[in-house]
Amino acid sequence: MSIKSPESNWFKPPEGSERLWVGVALVWCMVMFLAMPYWHFKGKQNSTGESYAVTPAEFQKRVNRFVETNKVGEKNGIPVVEPSPGGDAYLMGQMWRWYPILKLKEGQTYRLHISSVDLQHGFSVLPININFQVLPGYDHVLTLTPTSKGIFQVICNEFCGIGHHLMTGQIIVE
Amino acid sequence: MGNFLEGRYRTCNTTGLPVCLDAQFFIKAHAVAAVVFFLIGAIAALLIALTRWSAVHLLPAMWFYRVLTLHGLNMLIFWIISFEIAILYFAGTSLLNSRLFSRKVAWVAYVLMVVGALMVDYIVLIGKGDVLMTSYPPLKAHPLFYLGIIFFAVGTLIAVFNFFATVYIARRDKTYEGSMPLVAYGALAAAIIAVVTLLHGATVMIPSFLWSLGLVEHIDAGWYRLVWWGLGHPSQQINVAAMVAVWYFMATLTTGAKPLNETVCRAAFVFYILFINLASAHHLLVDPGLNASWKIWNTSYAMYLAVLASMIHGFTVPASIEVAQRLKGFTRGIFNWLTSAPWGDPGFASIFLSIVIFGFIGGITGVTLGTEQINIIAHNTLRIPGHFHATVVGGTTLAFMGLTYYVVPLIFQRDFYFKKWARVQPYIFASGVVLLSLGMSFAGSYGVPRRHWDVNFTGAPLSAGFDAAAHFFLGVLGIGGILAFTGALIFIVLTVLAVFFGKSIAGQPFHGWQPAEKFKLSMEIFSRKKDEKFEQIAHKVPGTVVLVFVLLISFMVYYFANWKALADVWWVR
Ligand code: HEM
Ligand SMILES: [Cu+2]
Ligand SMILES: [Cu+2]
Repeated sequence: MSIKSPESNWFKPPEGSERLWVGVALVWCMVMFLAMPYWHFKGKQNSTGESYAVTPAEFQKRVNRFVETNKVGEKNGIPVVEPSPGGDAYLMGQMWRWYPILKLKEGQTYRLHISSVDLQHGFSVLPININFQVLPGYDHVLTLTPTSKGIFQVICNEFCGIGHHLMTGQIIVE
Repeated sequence: MGNFLEGRYRTCNTTGLPVCLDAQFFIKAHAVAAVVFFLIGAIAALLIALTRWSAVHLLPAMWFYRVLTLHGLNMLIFWIISFEIAILYFAGTSLLNSRLFSRKVAWVAYVLMVVGALMVDYIVLIGKGDVLMTSYPPLKAHPLFYLGIIFFAVGTLIAVFNFFATVYIARRDKTYEGSMPLVAYGALAAAIIAVVTLLHGATVMIPSFLWSLGLVEHIDAGWYRLVWWGLGHPSQQINVAAMVAVWYFMATLTTGAKPLNETVCRAAFVFYILFINLASAHHLLVDPGLNASWKIWNTSYAMYLAVLASMIHGFTVPASIEVAQRLKGFTRGIFNWLTSAPWGDPGFASIFLSIVIFGFIGGITGVTLGTEQINIIAHNTLRIPGHFHATVVGGTTLAFMGLTYYVVPLIFQRDFYFKKWARVQPYIFASGVVLLSLGMSFAGSYGVPRRHWDVNFTGAPLSAGFDAAAHFFLGVLGIGGILAFTGALIFIVLTVLAVFFGKSIAGQPFHGWQPAEKFKLSMEIFSRKKDEKFEQIAHKVPGTVVLVFVLLISFMVYYFANWKALADVWWVR
């Protein structure tokens, strides 16, 4: 009993309504559990955590190379870069910007490499609201297929110092 | 037979439980410290809520993050854990009919905890620890920040050891017969989980401390997150286990309830211990470096068995209340037992509201957001604090407030002033927390980030922002925050007035919340043997069945709506 020792014969299975509820709850838990592997194979949105070790300096080099070879324009002094469909794209988190601006094609798939060259950052695309964690030392690869057109804002949703709210970027989908 | 030392115990005039005077001293000490930390955290809460309310935007950026750090640490760690140590000391002694193992050990633990907490608060306030509660590297704080946390954690471990030693001497001296009472069992579960989480804490905080001193060169960001959340998330299960123990305790004290089936309740506590340590995954679902099967297995605590445990407690506590009420004669219809419950008793109101908020908001959102893939549309948005303000504030904190309304008269032996205010306080706090939590959750579903000073992104190189609906929900957050703060303040003022200036009621029974004859009736119902009549009523608890099925349906609707929302976003692997 709650504040006294229970009667000695307390060990017994649940009965009546309680048993019903335990059973129903267990089934629901199993449904929720199986939903995840199901979606892993059938769903289009998954978080596989694919990533490779990379030093901040090395990542920065790759980003610069990517910008040089694929740059198609400039906006507010920031390069706009268009990777080839099916190819690699790079996005660098840095206090306090997402670099560069990406230009993608609707329905095409890209391997988007995201990493940080300083603190942890949060990759968050608005207004569609998808979010991934960005860590220094980890080249986080998202195999991404934009399914809608428009200009999307990238913001940072991991605290990265006093200018955290200034950290924005852009993905243009045509 | 108790093992109390001569003259160092008394018998509670209200409940008849034995009270070890040494334990009583430390229960008071930890409870007072807890309320002080709660006050610091609550002032911080008001300031940050008024900053997140975008139309008010009170604090400057620097102070927002500083005060947010202060809020997280004082609330989630210092307030909650200090209070839990008080609960452990109570459960280990009064419920097991035993003396406290050691006063000296208790002193060491107490001093370490208080000094550690004050160190951390000092460092944060002078601006040397603007790293938020999680202190993710490479963000670096002053070494005393980490040392303060280590002190607090070691102090907690020592206090938990004192509790285990108390359980040990109680068993050795056979101070109780048969199995230990359920509430003590729940406290034991909380203590076991605490040890595991605190070991994670040591694993991550000691290297961080050395790193801040320059003795360790590098801390891997991913490793830190993995181990830190081994501290951060399972410690929420300490809170859940302790909260559930308080639910059982208060249900007994305020209505005479007792569990229908001890096996089920105890098994549910065991599930917490076995499955919760996997839970650091909840925070790492969209992290690099961890693969999908790891994420799926760990985020579901091995097939949601810890969720099952909470769903069980969410049934057994109201069901036990229903049975007690029906035995008292409130048998009309499905809900007469509930409508005639002691709603004016702040102890009862607090725990019942706590059960409802924890289940309907905290539980449902938690499981959904912690689903591997759904986390993609929730990670680091305001949906996350929207969830945990319904668990750890509307659930745990509110339950602890309810307990305090009995701790003050029964342990401090002081009477409250302004009892009417106490009776409405749980409702004010609960409605504030509900608004706060819903405001956060809905704003978050537009993608509004958590831990963010300016959602208008003023001055950013590329513009960004949210539409009016998101700002409206930030307003709901703000108004809920003001209301919750008001509720918190009433609680603090009433408690402080009673503890330091209240009329002594030593030697008298306390019937401030319910008339003596009602309390007597409850205790009679509680002491009744589990006879045929009890079993008959216990097998059929229609009111509780309706409540839990409403919960299940809400759960399913919310859960599948989130899968639908996920299906609409860009494809990503
Ligand atoms: C008194 C009423 C309370 C109000 C109005 C309140 C309000 C808030 C607000 C506005 C935030 C900031 C959300 C963000 O920008 O990310 C927050 C964060 C938080 N709150 Fe509360 N809160 C209250 C009570 C509590 C309590 C009692 C606890 C714990 C027991 C708690 C734990 C936290 C934690 C852990 C965070 C996250 C800190 C972080 O992101 O580092 N809060 N709260
Ligand atoms: Cu950032
Ligand atoms: Cu940031």
